[in-house]
Amino acid sequence: MSILILAEYNENILSSSTSRLVGAAKKIGGEIDVLIVGDDVKNLAQQLAKIAGVNKVLLANDRVFKHQKADVLCKILKDIIIPYSHFFASSNSVGKAVIPRLAAELDFMPISDVMFIHSKNKFDRPIYAGNAIETISTKEKKILATIRSSAFVPVEQGNDAKIENVKIGEIKSKVEFIKSTNVNSDKVDLSTAAIVVAGGQAFESKENFQMLYELADVLNAGVGATRAAVDLGFAPNEMQIGVSGKIIAPELYIAIGISGALQHLAGISGAKKIIAINSDADAPMMKQADVALVGDLKTILPELIKKLAQ
Amino acid sequence: MGQNMKILVAVKRVVDHNVKIRIKSDSQSVDKDNVRMSMNPFCKHALEEAVQIKESGKADEVVAVCVGSKKASDVLLTALAMGADRAILVQSDAELETLVIAKLLQKIVEQEKPDLVLMGKQSVDIDASQTPQMLAGLLDWGQATFVCKIGIDGKKLTVTREVDYGLQELSLNLPAVISADLGLNKPRNVALPMVMRAKKKPLNIFQVADFEVDISSRLKIEKISEPPTRSGGKNITSIDELVDEIKIISDKLEMVK
Repeated sequence: MSILILAEYNENILSSSTSRLVGAAKKIGGEIDVLIVGDDVKNLAQQLAKIAGVNKVLLANDRVFKHQKADVLCKILKDIIIPYSHFFASSNSVGKAVIPRLAAELDFMPISDVMFIHSKNKFDRPIYAGNAIETISTKEKKILATIRSSAFVPVEQGNDAKIENVKIGEIKSKVEFIKSTNVNSDKVDLSTAAIVVAGGQAFESKENFQMLYELADVLNAGVGATRAAVDLGFAPNEMQIGVSGKIIAPELYIAIGISGALQHLAGISGAKKIIAINSDADAPMMKQADVALVGDLKTILPELIKKLAQ
Repeated sequence: MGQNMKILVAVKRVVDHNVKIRIKSDSQSVDKDNVRMSMNPFCKHALEEAVQIKESGKADEVVAVCVGSKKASDVLLTALAMGADRAILVQSDAELETLVIAKLLQKIVEQEKPDLVLMGKQSVDIDASQTPQMLAGLLDWGQATFVCKIGIDGKKLTVTREVDYGLQELSLNLPAVISADLGLNKPRNVALPMVMRAKKKPLNIFQVADFEVDISSRLKIEKISEPPTRSGGKNITSIDELVDEIKIISDKLEMVK
């Protein structure tokens, strides 16, 4: 048994998810190697070598790997993963783009969004936006999976694993990078945020939604909205949380003025703690919440923001 | 192939996203027998985009395809009502894995020779987000997942993807596979007259057995279970308590950093 993990990073900063994936791989056992693919990522390979439990770090460092395009990654991964029984990437935009494509090219059936590992070939994953959990086993010779990193605990630092360069042949992409906009610089990404605040119809206007952004600023939180709030034009489409929008699983979810329609509740079922603020104590969201406060958001929010900012 | 593009849109029939699902007593599947089914919401975005591209004069034909049971023709009727020109049902009574569906779609692509395949980024039942990427891999085409904007200039596409850290803009040549995210457009509602007209549009039905694709499953569903239930909540009455409840978590997160 030997497991290869694809390292996750953005703009030369390693994500903690790689260490969490090593934690996940340890549940299976065997040798754990980490692969980093990118342009000018040697320093990241050195950081990866310090993660406890890593046998070796594979470094594929080339200009062609800048922006981690799916088709290019698949081309080198086909060869790199040959000796491994498992290949894991985190369920992020790179992992989700690469793992299914690679699996199909090699004729393996992959597994998405693993949230619990029973054994080397038996896993749990959420279906129906987390409203049900599917336990599946596989007999595939190579197990390719994306892992929900937040479900696993990161391992300690303290290692000096060897770094091995991967030979790179001539590779061309069918896709050309134009530009990227880092929304993160002023806005926290909703789908990966540790804290999410969201508002519903009760905000009554786009202007009142401003309070939600202020609250998010204080908490370094992602901002979401219900479908009703989006339909009423209080918030843009991409902020919609629910089955037909974003599915979130933050440590803390603060639902403000949200009654709790079924499709919204399904989208937040992965939240670890829910705090709800609503004028209606009987709203379904208030029943779901771990902590519920009855009141008018227009008086509560300004005071809450002030007190949290202190 | 005409001057303009031909677009293939793959759609899936799923339990309607407003329905509360029920796990069957054998813990092997979710009840789909007596519940409202509809087109997967993300597939609607894909279809809407294809129809808008055609309406803008940049595509000649939009073909909708669905791999599913005989009942899935209702979803194809919706697709036709939304503006697809014709529809293809690849009929299978068994539930098929994503890899099998990708292989069947590959066969349809070989038959239909579209310039662009548009699909939803994931289906809201099994939430796998695999089939578009698999199809692109099998065809050795360029792919762009989680797309919220598409621009077309001849045989070149400019797309904006929603990625973890923001937005990414890519350009790719046709043919390509694109998976649609929520922000791509606002799918139109279908009024009854549109459905009536759609009934006159062609619907071709194939059987899975018509294609030489091994449809056996590689994964075994051991069980389907309810997620852990939430422990009973508590009511608070003051903003100070609220601040404390928030700080328990935010301070902990600060420590992890």
